[in-house]
Amino acid sequence: MEKLLEEFSLGLFFWQAVLFIALVLLLKKFAWKPILNSVNDREEGIKNALDAAEKAKLEMQNLQADNQKLLKEARAEREAMLKEARDMKNKMIEDAKDEAKSAAGKLIEQAQAAIETEKKAAIAELKSQVASLSIEIAEKVVREELSNKDKQVKLVESMLGEAKLN
Amino acid sequence: MSYGQEGHSDTHSTEEPKVDKKTEIKEYIQHHLQDSYDFNLLSYTSESGEQKHVGFPLLVILWDNGLKMFSSSKFHHGEEVAEVNGNFYKVYHNKIYKVEGLEGDIVLDEHHHATNEKPLDFSITKNVSLIFMVFAILFFMFSKMAKAYKTNNGMPKGMGRFLEPIVLYVRDEIAIPNIGEKHYKRFMSYLLTVFFFVWIVNLFGLTPIGMNLTNNIAVTFCLAIITYLITTFSGNKNYWKHIFWMPGVPVPMKIILAPIELLGTFIKPFALMIRLYANITAGHVVLMSIIGMMFVFHNWLGSSLSFLLAFVLGILELLVAALQAYIFTVLSALYFGMAVEEHHHDEAH
Repeated sequence: MEKLLEEFSLGLFFWQAVLFIALVLLLKKFAWKPILNSVNDREEGIKNALDAAEKAKLEMQNLQADNQKLLKEARAEREAMLKEARDMKNKMIEDAKDEAKSAAGKLIEQAQAAIETEKKAAIAELKSQVASLSIEIAEKVVREELSNKDKQVKLVESMLGEAKLN
Repeated sequence: MSYGQEGHSDTHSTEEPKVDKKTEIKEYIQHHLQDSYDFNLLSYTSESGEQKHVGFPLLVILWDNGLKMFSSSKFHHGEEVAEVNGNFYKVYHNKIYKVEGLEGDIVLDEHHHATNEKPLDFSITKNVSLIFMVFAILFFMFSKMAKAYKTNNGMPKGMGRFLEPIVLYVRDEIAIPNIGEKHYKRFMSYLLTVFFFVWIVNLFGLTPIGMNLTNNIAVTFCLAIITYLITTFSGNKNYWKHIFWMPGVPVPMKIILAPIELLGTFIKPFALMIRLYANITAGHVVLMSIIGMMFVFHNWLGSSLSFLLAFVLGILELLVAALQAYIFTVLSALYFGMAVEEHHHDEAH
């Protein structure tokens, strides 16, 4: 202890105290404050950036979920639309078929009616022709009758027999 | 090989020029650990037995009825009396004493202590010049580092890349855990400065220039007293309450504890002072003794073993240089932490 006290140099203590305190104050102003502030700012920046990235990631996930949902909805809608279209197509075909069927039925009916009227007309014409033929025959018969009585009777008889057959 | 001992020349003058190696080494170590008025790089004894010194003189500043400033070359390495404006000064055991006239000498009492008058000595000694150097180095290094942040968009550049992790280490591993998130900012300037100052100074002590600052009790005392003053002046109510009226113990214990706790506040920085001083001094003594052993053994086996040992120890001293700076800073931070600690009611005492 005595040796330590003897070693103690007041001059060295004086300079050490003055220079060290000056160094602390100078470094505080010119070094530690700017350095620690810059480091702090940088750390804050990094922290904020990380937070922002985390947020963006969450948002992204949300967006993705939304997208998924939208996609699902769209798919369901497409499905529904396709189904509707298919139904409509079937219905249309069905309708067309029915219409065609009814149209065809009508046409056939008309054709039948036409055939009927044609047939009737044909029969009527035939009848009128038969009548005129009968008159002609009768004329001829009458003329012959006038010449041959027997023959006349016979002819009328045969003619009538034929006519009855019709 | 021979080493010079300026300042001891008065006792050596009667001896043979070539002294016993062991005594010589011992004295050289003693000398190495001491401060000096010259910036001495190396000394040797020439063929003719004359002491030669390589280095340059420093400024001597004395306060002796007025300011006296002169070059230390006037002492001729402690061998002569310096005359300044009619006052005469002589160096004895690395301290300046006032003597009577040019032929005046140191008067010793029965304990071999000089009885001469000692002027107030503010000389720029070798150690003080080291303080100036470290001051300049630290200021240059860290102000440059701080500027780089401004020009480099908040990123460190050059040396700052190496220094920044250390600065952050002091902040994150020393200051924040010991002082706490809330108060640590106030003490950062001191902690960082003391850490780098002690570290750089310790490293300088390991260079062959042989400048040792932290093995001067004045220097470690100065650092310890600053720590003590900061602790005392930043102590809050809780801190003083724990010293003078320890909560949670019976009243008689409180009375016994108060002086012990009060003494503790002085012992803590005192231990800080002694620890740094003793570690660095011991390291130097051991390292230089082992280097000295090379010359004592004077054979290839002993000398090479000593060399190896000195080499390993040198590496260890590099570690100790950083470690002591770390310990000083950590303990300072711990004391600051105690001073600003807030009271926790549920905590057991």
